[in-house]
Amino acid sequence: MGKLSLIIKREYLAKVRNKSFVVMTFLSPILMVGMVVLIVYLTKINDNEVRTIGILNESNYFSTDFQGTESTSFVKFKDIDLQAAKDTIQKMGFYGLLYIPNEQDLEQVASRSFFYSKDAPGSSLLDNLENVFEDRLRMQRLQELGVSVSDFESVGNNFEIKTATFTGEQNLKGITEIKAFIGGAFGYLIMMFIIIYGGFVMRSVIEEKTTRIIEVIISSVKPFQLMLGKIIGTSLAGVTQFAIWIISAFLMFGVLILVFDIDPSAINSGANNAPGLIGGAAYVAASDSAMQLYANELFRIPWIMLICFFVIYFVLGYLIYSSIYAAIGAAVDNETDTQQFIFPIILPLMLAIYVGFFSVFNNPHGPIAVGFSLFPLTSPIVMLMRLPGGIGEGGVPIWEVVVSILLLIITFIGIVWLAAKIYRVGILMYGKKPSYKDLLKWLKY
Amino acid sequence: MNNILVANEVSKQFGSHIALNKVSLEIPENSIYGLLGPNGAGKTTLIRIINQIIYPDQGTIFFDGKPLQAQHISMIGYLPEERGLYKSMKVGEQALYLAQLKGLSKSDAKIRLKYWFDRLEIGDWWNKKIQELSKGMAQKIQFIVTVLHEPKLLIFDEPFSGFDPINANLIKDEILQLRDKGTTIIFSTHRMESVEELCEYIALVHKSEKILDGKLSDIKKAYKNNIYKVGLGVQSSNGLLEDLKDKFQILSSEYVDEGLQLNFTVQLPSDDTGPFLSHLSGKANVNKFMETIPSANDIFIRTVQSK
Repeated sequence: MGKLSLIIKREYLAKVRNKSFVVMTFLSPILMVGMVVLIVYLTKINDNEVRTIGILNESNYFSTDFQGTESTSFVKFKDIDLQAAKDTIQKMGFYGLLYIPNEQDLEQVASRSFFYSKDAPGSSLLDNLENVFEDRLRMQRLQELGVSVSDFESVGNNFEIKTATFTGEQNLKGITEIKAFIGGAFGYLIMMFIIIYGGFVMRSVIEEKTTRIIEVIISSVKPFQLMLGKIIGTSLAGVTQFAIWIISAFLMFGVLILVFDIDPSAINSGANNAPGLIGGAAYVAASDSAMQLYANELFRIPWIMLICFFVIYFVLGYLIYSSIYAAIGAAVDNETDTQQFIFPIILPLMLAIYVGFFSVFNNPHGPIAVGFSLFPLTSPIVMLMRLPGGIGEGGVPIWEVVVSILLLIITFIGIVWLAAKIYRVGILMYGKKPSYKDLLKWLKY
Repeated sequence: MNNILVANEVSKQFGSHIALNKVSLEIPENSIYGLLGPNGAGKTTLIRIINQIIYPDQGTIFFDGKPLQAQHISMIGYLPEERGLYKSMKVGEQALYLAQLKGLSKSDAKIRLKYWFDRLEIGDWWNKKIQELSKGMAQKIQFIVTVLHEPKLLIFDEPFSGFDPINANLIKDEILQLRDKGTTIIFSTHRMESVEELCEYIALVHKSEKILDGKLSDIKKAYKNNIYKVGLGVQSSNGLLEDLKDKFQILSSEYVDEGLQLNFTVQLPSDDTGPFLSHLSGKANVNKFMETIPSANDIFIRTVQSK
């Protein structure tokens, strides 16, 4: 054990002291926050542009319907013909012209109206214009049918079926997706960690090979000890880096909110701020009580259990993949030779993420989701996406969790054993770029 | 004499390639033992088996009378042919790490490192990074790390490669002193002059098999073929050479000193020189009479080529 902890310590320090590692650790949060600030800033600039649109209204309708917004203002023309209006628009440098002709009824007016502009207009601008027409048409049709506006509102059109499990637990529509998303975040974290730090393990093995120190070391310790120490040391460095990232990201967002005086709730309310004219108020009211339910539901997610399983799947999954990375590092002489071996590793990871997002979101307990959450190379990611729904009744059946972890442990032992064999032979092989056939042969040495 | 290391019919196969075929060795304690052989003969495989880096398919290695075990690792020091150091680590840090891996405590390792750094006059390198050192400088560190834990058995694979002649001599003297202190040294090399200089025993490995081993002086005796270099003072070329050619096997001959000196080499039928010398007596003055002993190089080439 003494030697293993020595190796872990050296690998950890070697990684943590590495200049590019230090730079990455402290630069990444700054870059991330910088990106967010930049995006917010750019969006603001984009929205700040005010477009002026002329309206030539020859009809008897819409006289007061077009109201200027933050990004558009309207100028009304009177008593000139269309061509003159167009010329004026261009002369004044306005963005576009909405032409509403004089026809007998509203339907005709609407269908003959035209929008002229300098370039193809964005969809949000068109939506705004179309909304005005739609609302007006809807009201007209309601009147023709003899339905009052308030009657129509009370009929409502937002219906949600209430769902519950057999034990009577109430479910919320969409909460499955939210839960899967939370699980997906955990799964994604595992994938990123494996790809980044697995790569570090691999490069570290290659470095020992190219500097030729490997034979000196393994005359003192067992190759397996070295491999294990390297994996653990590198992952501890990774955990350190992640911790610094998360803490500094929180700190910096905190500072940003203080400095720029951004109201976090404003960001939130801005998100669901697109109701039409009719039923808008009702929608907002409904979503408020729903928000309450969602919040309750989020609090009910078994976070402690989730974090425990995250640790289990993370450790096992990471050990499996990083020992494969170590074996690859041992097999080759330089990093350019690693490509052919890396692709098959990345493949199940990508598959897990995509299957997770497409299949688990739709049906967390469907056959594909179950299959991938049992298959050991994808289970750390896919199972974590399913787990926020709970275990047992209404969630992932207990047997699936047990089988998935058992399979993972068996695979872990098997893969580490195979990887250690390849590693043991590979670290002493120089000069030849090995094929898969060679690797198979090494297993028999 | 006690054998520190005994290999008993050790075999190792890599796939279809036989790297070692029933190799047996006995390495006496407190000796310098040369392990010789052409490239790819299996020397490194054998050394790696002794270091428990790989394991034999068949056969056993005994260290100090007991089958080789994990605990013996700390009693062996190994300087591989392919050797290097972590580039970005500092010299002292790295030496401490490697010493601790061999089982030394940190404080012990520090004291010994200080001693050796002063001894090899590299005390001020402690905080340098390896990448700032020349190849020869790095080799000194590697040598120190190999011997630091005072192992009973030292294995050097081409220890002098990368050293300039002055430092090579320095290391050679250190090796001899270690031997004098009781350490056994296995010495794998192609440089025959250093074998001649250092080794008391040798083993020759060729095509995965041991083809020759024993005390170097005994082997030389066995390989000498009664060839003598003779110098005679003569008055004139009065048919002496023809007479000798009739009776003995003269390999080469020449007159020097304006015909007053005859130098030749002769191969006698046995190591009894009496008949030859008595044949010469009265006929000429014997100025020079010397047996030619085969060099390790000769033995190496002859044995390997005859296989």
